[in-house]
Amino acid sequence: MDRPEYQSVGKSVRKKDALQLLLGKPVYTEDITPDALVVKLLRSPHANALVESIDVTRAKKIPGVVDVYTWEDVPDQRFSNAGQTYPETSPYDRLILDRQLRFVGDVVAIVAAETQEAADKALSRIKVTYQVLEPVLDFRTAKDNPVLVHPEDNWHLFGDLGGDNKRNLVSATADADGDVEAVLADCDIVLERAYHTKAYNQAMMETFRTFTQLDRYGRLHVISSTQIVFHVRRILSHALGIPKSRIRVEKPRIGGGFGAKQTAVSEVYPAFVTMKTGRPALCVFTREEAQTCGSPRHEMEIKVRLGANKDGRIRALDVATLSNSGAYGEHGWATSGLTGHKSIPLYTGSLEAFKFTADVVYTNMQPSGAYRGFGATQGQFAVETTVNELAEKLGMDPIELRDKSMLHEGMAMPAYYGEVANSCALDRCAELFDWESKYPVRDMGNGKVRAAGVGMSMQGSGISGIDTGSVTIRLNDDGSYMLAIGAADMGTGCDTILAQMVAEHMDCPVENVSVFGADTDASPYDSGSYASSTTYVTGMAVEKACAQLKERLCSIAADLLDCDPAELAFEEGYVRREATGQEVSLTEIAVKSQCNNRQPAEATAMHSSPVSPPPFMVGMAEIELDRETGVVEVLDFTAVVDCGIPINPALARIQAEGGIVQGIGHTLMEDVTRTPEGRIRESSFFTYRIPTRLDTGHLRVEFENSYEPTGPFGAKSIGEIVINTPAPAITHAIYRATGVWHRELPILPEHILLAKPED
Amino acid sequence: MEVKIKLNGTLVSDDVPADMLLIDFVRAHGCYSVKRGCETSSCGLCTVLMDDQPVLSCSTLVARADGRSVYTLEGLQAEASEFVGFIADQGADQCGFCNPGFVMNTIALLRENPDPTDEEILAYLSGNLCRCSGYAGQQRGIRAFLDSRKAGEVQHG
Repeated sequence: MDRPEYQSVGKSVRKKDALQLLLGKPVYTEDITPDALVVKLLRSPHANALVESIDVTRAKKIPGVVDVYTWEDVPDQRFSNAGQTYPETSPYDRLILDRQLRFVGDVVAIVAAETQEAADKALSRIKVTYQVLEPVLDFRTAKDNPVLVHPEDNWHLFGDLGGDNKRNLVSATADADGDVEAVLADCDIVLERAYHTKAYNQAMMETFRTFTQLDRYGRLHVISSTQIVFHVRRILSHALGIPKSRIRVEKPRIGGGFGAKQTAVSEVYPAFVTMKTGRPALCVFTREEAQTCGSPRHEMEIKVRLGANKDGRIRALDVATLSNSGAYGEHGWATSGLTGHKSIPLYTGSLEAFKFTADVVYTNMQPSGAYRGFGATQGQFAVETTVNELAEKLGMDPIELRDKSMLHEGMAMPAYYGEVANSCALDRCAELFDWESKYPVRDMGNGKVRAAGVGMSMQGSGISGIDTGSVTIRLNDDGSYMLAIGAADMGTGCDTILAQMVAEHMDCPVENVSVFGADTDASPYDSGSYASSTTYVTGMAVEKACAQLKERLCSIAADLLDCDPAELAFEEGYVRREATGQEVSLTEIAVKSQCNNRQPAEATAMHSSPVSPPPFMVGMAEIELDRETGVVEVLDFTAVVDCGIPINPALARIQAEGGIVQGIGHTLMEDVTRTPEGRIRESSFFTYRIPTRLDTGHLRVEFENSYEPTGPFGAKSIGEIVINTPAPAITHAIYRATGVWHRELPILPEHILLAKPED
Repeated sequence: MEVKIKLNGTLVSDDVPADMLLIDFVRAHGCYSVKRGCETSSCGLCTVLMDDQPVLSCSTLVARADGRSVYTLEGLQAEASEFVGFIADQGADQCGFCNPGFVMNTIALLRENPDPTDEEILAYLSGNLCRCSGYAGQQRGIRAFLDSRKAGEVQHG
């Protein structure tokens, strides 16, 4: 299909902040905020304990210590740290400080001091007597366990999501279409498999950090490294018991988020200190805190039953998810839903029935939250690996097998809320591989063997019917534009991408569009940057706002020309009157808008989408496995992505490459293990090994565009889907090299050496 | 203790605690480009040049820099500007938090080895972690810079 040639959209424009970042300018929370009280947190050494007594008198006597706060000092009103739109689906299960401590690292006390040294000293002088309780440390036995993680009576969950704190249940989900049991009974082959994935850490380079102060009106002013300024305002209002109108939240540049900063992990502590002392406060998490007291991916066990015929047609899928939410329930229900709703629909082409259930349980472990991929990552590892195993069992090419069952454009997806796939190039993505040359296993004759594997993926573009984005576009008096947004650029480049869209609509260079965001006092409402929503949802708000702004500009120009606005049209950056050939420049309109004018030269528009069109991707890994050491090296990772029309191809490519490398890390090196007492062992970058540039192999990313009719310029999302295919593809390649299916991630060299081939 | 350090070309004298780390010293003197990413010498974000050698300022006592020259990215803006645009053209700056350490170590690499191979670049920068970019864009950016510099040399030669 022929597409119009765009000026700004579809171009690899540099990020607007690129040179500031690359030249090391002070743009992050800790660089731009004034001197403040140092806020440090005393953390629980026990996985489950009650504070029997706590004595802070010695700590308070240390010179430089301003105050120390305990559970007795905070409001007894529960809240959630999850950044989610109403109706919030995470339980209100937190206090700022609780007498009950629910994981190793849960906060016992808050110290506010003039210096780091005084704060550290104070931490060691707080005397706590703990009543140590038996913890729940196995998520498989958490449900209906006699030990309750949240025994309290003021636990609260909105809506009927199946949660029950008296059963250690955060939520319970069930969905089905057709009679799965009957179809399974009729299938030639049924595979029943269980998979286990860990609580991977986002490991963004800038840990959680928040600065707070009282502004010149006495309001609480929060500068935080967050993806969700508006949600943080609500969360702080609930936690502190002060009105939202008394709170302002802004984000500067953010040193990475990947979903971690979709939860208000660090905000409440300095905010509480500022409200108590009236003084500026800064809380910076150490890397150890970010690793052990952050908001990582949900650990999951996923059981898959797959039914197929001998010809490879996949007829039934049953996905049963058990998700470990840890000590608090942030994003528990929502993430668990994606394990089924974004894995099962990939096989809509031949599926006759499906069933999906998901229990999310509390345990006495680090609370989980949002991480790029958000449940789809875990679900697709399970389903895609089972599909690969089916192909191997049937002796079929795994792409050919998928071709019989995969989703095609125009199909309605019963397992994806009934949505129709209006843009889907999944089949074309799969065709692009040079699969036949890579697929045969090659013994290199030196103890090493090369093999390849594959995986498919889909994600969403925003949360349908919920995510809301808005923008304000203003004409400046020099004829340039100001775009104010509430979405959060966390390095992904959304400021630039949205500016490219404005430039395209308003027919001007991207340099003529400045971007401001995000600040709850000045930005129009946006639910925030998560769920792959910004390009797709906020991008449509840009389209609407530009249309409105053009009308406004015509109307102001009509005053200048003393004519009816209907005679005017906005063309090529001018307002033109076709009948007379007159034209008014933007500068003339801007000047007029500031003198004897009654209409603003600006427009605000809001957008929310009833659908969430999935992007699609196929990934193929080629590995070299050393049979002597068990070491797996990724030689080549090839990905073909359908994200609709990429607005900025360079940034889309980097999203893909960065996501793939995170996925490689989760599959081959990043591990989370615990001591018998529940302490996380991988508490630093020494022990939690994220990929270096020597671990990535050669990355090749291709785009196979579809056109999404409900998206801006045909675009869908890209941010999350890119993390999903490495796990199934590499697991498949390891099977091809060794004859063993590894169903627990990560797959470390010792696992490969110790594993025995199955029958 | 008293230290005298030539910080970005200017002599700075200060009375510092004996256990003060170089990263805290340079940030206290306005060099905010220097970032702390890990506290365990694992990430490379805090890289500065001490007597022209790249060091991790989170694992270096200020005392060790006494009488020496220390450069942060604030003092090497012109040298960095020669190549960072090529990284920007790839979109590989991303969140930017690792950028200063990466740029400092790239400066050190290019001073030591003006025409590195791809393997030499990967090996030299392997201690600089980045969680956003997947590294490939950084590599393409450096390669594009080297290629463009060579093309320029041929033209001028």
